[in-house]
Formats: sequence, C-alpha cells, structure tokens
Amino acid sequence: MQTQAKTSISFVKGLSFCLVCLWLLIAAFPFVWSFWGSFKVQSDFFSKADWMYALWGTNTIKETGSAFTSSGYYGAWIIKGFWKNFTNTGIVVFFTVLISLTIGTLGGYALARSGFRYAFWILMAALIFRAMPHITLVSGYLLPFFEWNIWGYLPTTIIVLVAMNQPFTLWMLHSFFLNVPKDLDESAMIDGCNRFQAFRYVVVPVMWPGVITAGLFSFLLAYNDFTVTVMLLSEDNETIIPAINSFLGTTQVEGKVMYAVAAVVSVTAPILVLVLFFQRQIVSGLTAGAVKG
Amino acid sequence: MILFIALPIISAFVQSLFIQHEQVLIVSQNCGPFGCSEVTSIDFEKTIKLRQDAPLGKYNGINTYLNRSHLAFAEVGNAWSASETLVDFFNEVFNLPLYGALAFTLTYTAVVTPLVLILGFAIAIGVNGLPNIMKGPSIFVSLLPHLVTPLVGSLILFWMVDGDGIIGATIKLIFNDPDLSLKASTALTWTMLIVYGIWHTLPFSFIVFYAGLQTVPFETLEAALIDGATKWQRTIYVVIPHLVPLISFVTIMLLMDNFRVFEPIVSFSAEAHARSLSWIIYNDLRESGNPLYGSAGATSILTIIGIAFLLLPVLIRTWQDFKLKGH
Repeated sequence: MQTQAKTSISFVKGLSFCLVCLWLLIAAFPFVWSFWGSFKVQSDFFSKADWMYALWGTNTIKETGSAFTSSGYYGAWIIKGFWKNFTNTGIVVFFTVLISLTIGTLGGYALARSGFRYAFWILMAALIFRAMPHITLVSGYLLPFFEWNIWGYLPTTIIVLVAMNQPFTLWMLHSFFLNVPKDLDESAMIDGCNRFQAFRYVVVPVMWPGVITAGLFSFLLAYNDFTVTVMLLSEDNETIIPAINSFLGTTQVEGKVMYAVAAVVSVTAPILVLVLFFQRQIVSGLTAGAVKG
Repeated sequence: MILFIALPIISAFVQSLFIQHEQVLIVSQNCGPFGCSEVTSIDFEKTIKLRQDAPLGKYNGINTYLNRSHLAFAEVGNAWSASETLVDFFNEVFNLPLYGALAFTLTYTAVVTPLVLILGFAIAIGVNGLPNIMKGPSIFVSLLPHLVTPLVGSLILFWMVDGDGIIGATIKLIFNDPDLSLKASTALTWTMLIVYGIWHTLPFSFIVFYAGLQTVPFETLEAALIDGATKWQRTIYVVIPHLVPLISFVTIMLLMDNFRVFEPIVSFSAEAHARSLSWIIYNDLRESGNPLYGSAGATSILTIIGIAFLLLPVLIRTWQDFKLKGH
C-alpha cells in the first residue's frame, strides 16, 4: 500500500515536472530562436531547404563568409533609421514615467492620508480603464486632436499615455502608502516638520519600493503601446512599435525581412534586461491587485 | 482623470451620430454639335470647404448604428426569413462585419480564458514543487511572453509559423502536405491566434496563482495529510477553495484583456480570416485620407456596451462587497 501511494505521488510529480519543462520550452524557445536567427541571412532564417540551415548558417557562410552577420541590425538601425524611432520611444517613455510617477506619488500620498475612502473609486476608474479597449478611447481623441492641430506630436501622445496609465499608478501607490504607517509622518510633524517636510524627509526615503514597481508598469505600458502611438503619431515621430509595423509592409516587398527581425530582437532586449533585474517588483506588481483583494 | 475617460467616450458617441460628407456634385450640360449630354463632376473646392466647415460631417442620428456594417437589423431580418436552417442563418449573419468580429472576439475570449486558467494553475503547482534553486529562473522565463510587446511577441511567432519558418515547415512535414499554410484557412488562423493568446496570457494567471499558493496555510495542508488525503484530494479540497478569490480576479482580468484582442491580428496579417472588434475600429480610422469617424465611433460605443455586459456581474459584486465593508 505504502509503496503504491508513493509511486503514484512521484508519478504525479513527474507529470507536473514534465508540464513545467514543456511550458518553459514553449515560453523561451521563440526568443532564443529569433535571437539566434537574427544573425543569419534570410535564406537561412526562412529556409526552404532544411531548417537546420538556420542553426549552422549554411547560406550565411556562403553569402558573408562567416556564420554570423549583423547585416540585419545594420539595415534596421542605420539604413532604415531605427535609431530615430528608438530616440522617440526614449522620450515618450521617460516623460510618461516621470509625469505619472510625480502625480501618482503626490496624489497617492494625499489620498492615502486624507482618511476618506477613495480607494474604491480609484480602483473602479483603474478597472474601467483596463477594461476599455484603448482603441475605443483613441477613436474619441482622434478627431478633436486633428481639429486642434496637435495630432502627430510626441507631447500629445505622452499626455494620452499618462492619462491611460494614471488610474492604475494612482491606485497602486495609494495602496502602497496605506501600508506606510501613519505614525511615521505624524511623529515627524510632532517634531516640528510641516506636512511637506514630513513627506520629503520621512516618507520619500521609504517609498522607493512602491515607486519602482509603479514605474516599471508605467514603463511597460508606454514602451509596449501600439494602439495609441500608431494612431496619434505622424510618420516622422513614430516610436519603435508602430515603426516595426510599418517595416513589415516595406521590408516584405524588398525581401529584407531580416531588418524587421533584427528590429524585433532589439526591441525585446531591453525588456529582457528589465525582467532580469526587477523580477521581484514585477511579480509583486502583477499580483498586487489579487492578493490585496 | 475622469476628464480623460469621459471625454473620449462622449466624443466617440457624438462622432457616431454623424456621417462623413458626400462629395459635392455639379451637374453641367455639355453641349456639342451632336446634342447635349449631362455631365456629373465633383466640385473639389466645395467638398473641401464643406469638410472644413463641419469636420464632424452631417448629422445622421442613429442610422450609423443600424447600417450594414454595424447592427444591421435589416440584413439580419432578411437572413432570418431567407435562410432555411439555423446554420444558414448564422453563416449569413457572420458575414456581416460587426457580427463576424463579435463571433471571433467571443470565441477567442471563451476559448483562451478557461484554458489559461487551468494551464496556469497546473504550471503554478508544478513550479511550486520544483527545488528552490530552479524556481527563480523558471519564473523569469515564464514572465517573458507576457511582458514582451504583444505586437513583437506575435511577430516572432508569426515568423516561426511562416511556410518557411521552423514550425510552419515542421507542420508541413508532419502532414506531408507542401501546400499547407496556416494563414490560408479560417479555422487554422483562428487556432493560431488562440494559441498565441494562450502563450501571451498564461504567465499572468501562472504568476498570480503561484503567489496565491505561497499563502495556503501549512497547518490545513498538514491536517489534511494526517487525515489521509492524497495529494490530489488536498489540491481539490484545500488549495482550490483557498484560491477562489484569486480565480475570480484572474478571470476578470483575462476577460478584459482577451475581449480587446487586437495586436496579434495586425502582426499575423490575419484580417482576411479573423477580425476583432478592436481591429474594425482601427481599420475605420485608418481608412486612408478619409477616416470613417462615425463608423469607428459607433463600433466603439457598441464595444463599450459589450464590455459593460461582460463585466456587469463583477461590478455589482464589487459594489456589494464595498457596501458590506462600509457598514
């Protein structure tokens, strides 16, 4: 009896272990494959003859003399001017994160200390914003923006992204500040600080974990956004994601799909680094809503 | 904040009541030696002026909602009376743009959501059973598909299932059919998009369940073990009841995310076979030179109503909880 129970447990264990391995493979393989393939020529990455070509780079050696080529990256970054889009993304992401964190920290702190239960309403607003497909909001913005002649510029996009991001950031920081004990800033105020000094010298030093988590999610939203940027930016001001989309059309025709592959890998790399360094914060952010209810 | 939520919705609603201007036509008589003929031409100047004066277009009332590309009551009615069987009727109806998109969006949501819930839970239990040293790296790898840009993630998969890409070529080999293309048939395109959807959203449900598993009280598990419960029974009777609030949270999030499926359709270029509601709006707005604001606005409003229906039960429950806590 005992042994039978044991084998059945280890069987279940083995099965779930296999499942996890399979999932990890499915999750990681596309990235590894594209990264490896981005250093090959097109006839290897999309091999008609034999998929092993992509591994060894048979045609890449034939065409360039080496098993690895950076021609895709050269084409994307220099010839197609991808660096410009990258700069645009940098600007948009930087200001979106900066503005939403500033409003989020000040507002979140104020709401958390005001005593009234705003939490529900902020949560509702965050929820509604998450529920709404962004494109429905963009379709409302588009015509007024055309009329006011502010369509196509980076600041307009930044404002819209901040607006979409704000309820979530505000809610996240609000619940974070609720966990910072009130006694902390009250004792500072008894010691003669005013409200602002208490915030500056007592709360600011302890708020970084929450701010980093909220900042990461603002970053991801601004960096990953396609819907807003593709509709609201003119071609000169495109950020990377819509730029890749427009790559698709042109590169397919020119037979330069590798440019797009290289661009895609370049876009993924920062996210990879981000997850590597901030895994703990991202996990806590993703689960924040669930665990706190 | 409310400004930014409410205004675009109102703006979309107002736009949806209008329709773009028709071109101004001039009918002139062209008389030649062989008699006169009437020639109709477009007066570009007047058309442009009209569009500038009233950019919204002319008032169309609720008609945009009723026309063929939206609710299309007339067409549905016709289809109902014309078709003999229910299958015929549905075929007719799903050829209409809005209903076709609705069908895809709902199928996608209905298939992806439960699968992601179940698989995410299974993987969370699996990872929880791993030795500690492997947990960190496996969580790292698992997070990637969720955090990578949807457009980029689906592009990576798209290239792999391409006829010459690694998965596409393998499938061809397995079925021994050199003409097989995942992009050519509707059923395969839908499957492809759904597989992508699962790949993309699975990490979210996994990570939430995994965090939940850490909070399962050890004493209860031990008590169940002493009472002779097998691992399976412990999972069903102890772990799952503990995770019920999480399950409902993940379900809401998944429903919302899946309902607005959009990017994969763009990067898979799947619009010939699968369109979602978001994609229709995007397409209306992209109509080169002359965006169909009215049509996009109407679809937006209908989508918002759809989401409201989907989330109504949840909202009511949250509100009740809130009031319960308040008193």
